[in-house]
Amino acid sequence: MTEAVLRIEKLQKNFGALKATDDVTLDLKPGEIHALIGPNGAGKSTLIAQISGGLSPDSGNIYLGQENVTGLSIAARAKRGLGRCFQISSLAMPLSVRRNVMMASQAVTGTSFSFWKQTDNDQKLLEAAEKVLARVGLEPRADVPVAELSHGERRQVEVACALALKPKVLLLDEPMAGMGAGGSERLTGFLEELKLEVPILLVEHDMDAVFRLADRISVLVYGQIIAQGSADMIRQDPLVREAYLGTEE
Amino acid sequence: MRKLTRESWINSSLVLLLALAPLCASLLDEPYYVNLASRVVIIAMAAVGLNLALGFGGLISFGHAAFFGLGGYVAGVAAYHAFDGSYFIGVIPGSDQMPVIWLVAVLVAGLAATFIGVISLRTQGVYFIMITLAFAQMIYYFAISFPTYGGEDGLSIYVRNSLFSLDTSDPLIFFGICFFSLMLSIFVTRRIMGSRFGAALTMARLNDIRLATSGVEPFPIRLTTFVLSAMITSGAGALFADLNGFVSPSMLSWHHSGELMVIVILGGVGRLFGPVAGAVVFVLLETFIGGFTQHWQFFLGLILLSVVLFANGGLIGLLAGRPRHD
Repeated sequence: MTEAVLRIEKLQKNFGALKATDDVTLDLKPGEIHALIGPNGAGKSTLIAQISGGLSPDSGNIYLGQENVTGLSIAARAKRGLGRCFQISSLAMPLSVRRNVMMASQAVTGTSFSFWKQTDNDQKLLEAAEKVLARVGLEPRADVPVAELSHGERRQVEVACALALKPKVLLLDEPMAGMGAGGSERLTGFLEELKLEVPILLVEHDMDAVFRLADRISVLVYGQIIAQGSADMIRQDPLVREAYLGTEE
Repeated sequence: MRKLTRESWINSSLVLLLALAPLCASLLDEPYYVNLASRVVIIAMAAVGLNLALGFGGLISFGHAAFFGLGGYVAGVAAYHAFDGSYFIGVIPGSDQMPVIWLVAVLVAGLAATFIGVISLRTQGVYFIMITLAFAQMIYYFAISFPTYGGEDGLSIYVRNSLFSLDTSDPLIFFGICFFSLMLSIFVTRRIMGSRFGAALTMARLNDIRLATSGVEPFPIRLTTFVLSAMITSGAGALFADLNGFVSPSMLSWHHSGELMVIVILGGVGRLFGPVAGAVVFVLLETFIGGFTQHWQFFLGLILLSVVLFANGGLIGLLAGRPRHD
């Protein structure tokens, strides 16, 4: 059995009497996409926030590779290789696409405490950003301010920023949200290719994409994982049908 | 060669005007106006320091008078001990050498800013404004209740401190020193903002979650900015004390913090030469309208109001348009 790159153990988070995360255990192995699905209010965002470091759990542990990162900040986790895309695009709107991506490259190509050398002449930084931009196909838009991009393009910038970190794990929170059919189709193809390089924990509402992409699926309902397994197993699971997919039939 | 933008034309004209005005005044034998120009330049430099934190970093410090005043007091206290040959806290001799004074001023302000920053940067928005104000007021009352250095009455610097073999008491030469310091502080700000650190600082202002997600802790970036900003402002404070030959607790008072903020906002928040434009307008209003009526701040208020309402981006923004990001 291969070693998990991301492991979450017995995670617990309560808001008053509400158990937002209730004894959640899951892991992510190299080369896979593990999808996290669940109805609205199931606690997906709370879970993602705890994994990325924005919220600290009441109990339980999060491991990135061998290292326990439960107490670490967002930045420290990002530096250790946790790449993340937000549900709602979180970019610097007035800055160009290139500047946004360069920011993400900055931590992996050296220190941010360099005061004299100009980033315009920083070949290492420029090249790193260029590579990522080419990869997601944003090169022609590199010098456009993010504020002037379409919603779908902003999602692409988010992915580019996450990739620029050279992540060991990708945390994608509804990357397809608000994308047109064409865009979401293209992104699905891209993720399929990407997972061989970086395993992905995917939160997504687009069920077609989830069933097509995910090697494993965890279903979260009221903070608890009620089922975990391959796409086929999840489709068949009576509990899941009742709690979640049942509404469609 | 990069193409000159409209903003760089405006900046160059501003600098040229600022450099030529005292030259003309000196030729016309009007030392008062040379000193007035020095005042503009020094206050502009103090605002350049504040602009680094407030404009580029989004850190709305309402306590920068503390650093301005600390710089002034370092100059005053050093000159006081040098003058009567005594020692600061019984061990440190005084000095009348500007480079020594500047170095000490910058270090003292840096130390104070580190301490104040570590505490106040844990908060944001209104709380940050209030905590920086509170610290500045503490230093203000400390200076008032310290009789050795004049307490409320302040401290005179009888002979202007010296720089190498220059005749610093010549108004034009002193203006030259101040002008050079201002240009240096703008140049340093520009280098910083173009560097990796500047990129991180810009991101800390625009979206600190994005900065953290990029693997850079926002707190050390902000703290370093706050300290650098305080250092620039304290350098200006040391020059201000030398210009007036006098330092008093009023340099530390919150009025000064407010004035520096007004200057930054008037000139253009986060614009490299905004503080210069702001300081020119501010000091000229203070001097000329202040000559007619003591209610000159009424006009300042009117101008500030119209700039804030109609010229988003201050005077520089009004003339040069929106800032350009590449």
